[in-house]
Amino acid sequence: MKQFKQRSILPGFGLTMGFTLLYLGLIVLIPLSTVILKAAGSTWQEFLATVTAARVIASFRVSLLTSLAAALINVVFGFIVAWVLVRYTFPGKRLIDGLIDLPFALPTAVAGIALTSIYSQNGWIGRLFDPLGVKIAFTPLGIVIALVFIGLPFVVRTVQPVLQELQSDVEEAAVLMGAKRRLIFRKVLFPELLPALITGFALAFSRAIGEYGSVVFISGNMPMRTEIVPLLIMTKLEQFDYVGATAIALVMLLISFLLLLVINLLQWRTHRRLTAE
Amino acid sequence: MRIQARNIKKRFGHFQALDGVSFDSGDNRLIGLLGPSGGGKTTLLRILAGLETPDEGDILFDGRRVNDVPPQKREIGFVFQSYALFRHMSVFDNIAFGLTVQKRSKAEIRERVEYLLDLTGLKGLEKRLPHQLSGGQKQRVAFARALAPEPKLLLLDEPFAAIDAKVRKELRKWLKAMINEVGITTIFVTHDQEEAVEVADEIIIVSQGHIEQQGTPIDIYLRPRTPFVASFMGETHFIADISGLKGFAQLGRGFKAAIRPEFVEIGKKGELPVQVAETGVVRQVVFRGKDWHVEVQVGENLIAGYRPVDADPLKPGEEVLVLIRKLHVIDENRCATVDNLGLVAMNAV
Amino acid sequence: MAGYVTHLPSSADAAERPAHLNESSAVRRLLIGIALLFVGLVLVLPLLTVIVEALERGFKVYLASITEKDARSAIRLTLLVAAISVPLNTIFGICAAWAIAKFNFRGKNLLITLIDLPFSVSPVIAGLIFVLLFGAQGWLGPWLQAHDIKIVFALPGIVLATLFVTFPFVARELIPVMQAQGNEEEEAAATMGAGGWRIFWKITVPNVKWGILYGVILCNARAMGEFGAVSVVSGHIRGQTNTMPLHVEILYNEYQFTAAFAVASLLALLALITLAVKSFMEWKQWSAAAAAEQGGVHLAHPGTEH
Repeated sequence: MKQFKQRSILPGFGLTMGFTLLYLGLIVLIPLSTVILKAAGSTWQEFLATVTAARVIASFRVSLLTSLAAALINVVFGFIVAWVLVRYTFPGKRLIDGLIDLPFALPTAVAGIALTSIYSQNGWIGRLFDPLGVKIAFTPLGIVIALVFIGLPFVVRTVQPVLQELQSDVEEAAVLMGAKRRLIFRKVLFPELLPALITGFALAFSRAIGEYGSVVFISGNMPMRTEIVPLLIMTKLEQFDYVGATAIALVMLLISFLLLLVINLLQWRTHRRLTAE
Repeated sequence: MRIQARNIKKRFGHFQALDGVSFDSGDNRLIGLLGPSGGGKTTLLRILAGLETPDEGDILFDGRRVNDVPPQKREIGFVFQSYALFRHMSVFDNIAFGLTVQKRSKAEIRERVEYLLDLTGLKGLEKRLPHQLSGGQKQRVAFARALAPEPKLLLLDEPFAAIDAKVRKELRKWLKAMINEVGITTIFVTHDQEEAVEVADEIIIVSQGHIEQQGTPIDIYLRPRTPFVASFMGETHFIADISGLKGFAQLGRGFKAAIRPEFVEIGKKGELPVQVAETGVVRQVVFRGKDWHVEVQVGENLIAGYRPVDADPLKPGEEVLVLIRKLHVIDENRCATVDNLGLVAMNAV
Repeated sequence: MAGYVTHLPSSADAAERPAHLNESSAVRRLLIGIALLFVGLVLVLPLLTVIVEALERGFKVYLASITEKDARSAIRLTLLVAAISVPLNTIFGICAAWAIAKFNFRGKNLLITLIDLPFSVSPVIAGLIFVLLFGAQGWLGPWLQAHDIKIVFALPGIVLATLFVTFPFVARELIPVMQAQGNEEEEAAATMGAGGWRIFWKITVPNVKWGILYGVILCNARAMGEFGAVSVVSGHIRGQTNTMPLHVEILYNEYQFTAAFAVASLLALLALITLAVKSFMEWKQWSAAAAAEQGGVHLAHPGTEH
């Protein structure tokens, strides 16, 4: 008889598992299922019509492209930040290290108004670019900056532990064989860090496409140009277009879950590689 | 306490850890479960403790079936390989834990813990936390903790595995003395056969989920009953066909054998009787401090023996005589100890 | 579990790497410069903005903004929502971590992924689902109306949305911690006669207390700061269903910038306190681990002390 669980001598399985499943069902699974059920209420044609409307497609384009750009920027600079934090010493390092989690702890609305203030036409930075004819706030560029803020900790905190765990003996072996610094980085260090970078990218990207609070102030929310998907959903809700809102939400959910699976797979594979060694 | 296991089977996923294991401890006090890693001995120990449940089979303590008795109620003390000390509790609180569970009075607890601290030589360390102790100290705390609630059975899982070699020898002697003083039935698991032989009254050899042999250390050493036991204990060299050896030819052709260096004498010409000793050429000589380890090529076979430290040293390439006093004849499943019949005949005269 | 690693051994006190294992000093300075510039631009600047803008019109105006009636209601509501959601999610987190870390069962990875779900769902959708469930046109809408129970556009709705969004925080902190610690101490306690509750309170909890605290701190920060989900579900009724982030939005949209930043500064302060506590706990954990490592290297001499 295949057993569901090995009989263990530690108590409390029934109680904790039961509560876990109950709570999970009530707070997460049942509410999430409403999206699917509501969307299933409309016909396939209705669904497609909603989801392929010009405005909707434009919003997906804005969301996906800005998230992609922000995640890429975060990969490059987040990597540098992680590298510098792990490998170098400089004054104020501990302070910076602590600050990295700021986007994670700071409410998105606060970040949103602060960023808008900085990058609007007479903001601290906005006014530097205004004479050049470059507008940041209320353009996709502003959205990217907001998403960079949001995604930074994901890349840094994913790469940092991997960097820290790197043993120096592999580097030393390469040095003794005459390798120069650039080669060592390219051939020895970077391949070890690539999985973490990809994971960090995926995490930052996944967080960015669903982001609302920090973006909604700086984007200006102009349909077809700077309207992101979460805002579109919000607008449809305010107009009581539940069907439309749900249809779009369903597509978003599918994308998010797909990304979640990819991330889990990536992490499982890295974990397996590291523990098998 | 008398421990009996009847036909214990346990599988983990696709791996059969124990495949029909039965034993009876009789009235032995110190029992060693010995065998190679992964052989099933720790699984068996955990089943005795109630930390795992067998798929089939029964466990009896003093004739009483305890399969359904949870570990809390089995009145056992268990010492884990990694000690599993409660990391946030002091040495005193660790040892007192079982007594607290038994709801003993504070005075009683204090008295018993102090007795155990004294017994295990840990006086003065009561207030320390586990991370402030050495490996040997942690081991003794684990031991005291297991003994505190006065269990009827003590189970030790590779108690010395994590300890330095020098300290290990001291602790072994200490453990045996301690257990004899306290007088509690003890079963311990080890993969170190020197340890099992030194400490246990009775050894049970477990390999690949089966019991190979149960007996006293001497029994197991001198009279192995399976090829596995013959090769597991001590150093062993194998001979493909013993019919070519003097003193064993009567047995016939085609018998394989295992030979122990303890039963081999190596000497220069004239030191050993030629009728029953083989001639051979020395291949390798290693000084080991307590003796010389000598490897000799005898015909097609490589045989090893020991020579006393102060005997005339031998050199590689030298011709020597090799006297095999006894060997273990083996086939697929069985093992029989055979004396050098020529030697026996000679001495009978 | 997907994603966010929140605690690391502190690398802050490491010495400079030897020259043969390091980039040239010029490269180092360049990289440090880039990193500092980036962090300064992306992280420090927004933080500074909040403080500067909040105090732009002087301290008195600042105080007035945060003690104004609607602001006070918002603060009260935010605290109330956190006071309900954080303990609930903590209990869940402990139960889930116990079930997952101490036992073996099929579907464990699926369960862990499911617990991670709210982390990957956009906050707006998190609010949407509760509107679909409890809103006037939702599944239970008619029933709720019939019984005059308000969930959406009222406190229960806000609490539910916050519960959803902060659902995984405590669990995803505790699960790896408990898994790393193994079951042996609990098993040892069981062999000495300890029952379930005693094992849990006396053995497990003291060992994971930092993990629990971590999770609670982060859960709290997110609960108080949640914007998107609560925005959908609350109905924005001033003085009644506005949390602090929502209040900030309202003030900002009415061009009351200073007031908006004033209230925002309280949230920013909360964020900084969260970060400080987190750093402190990491430092404590790290120094405890370092002490343990050093303590284990006692020399054992037979005869003196083993």
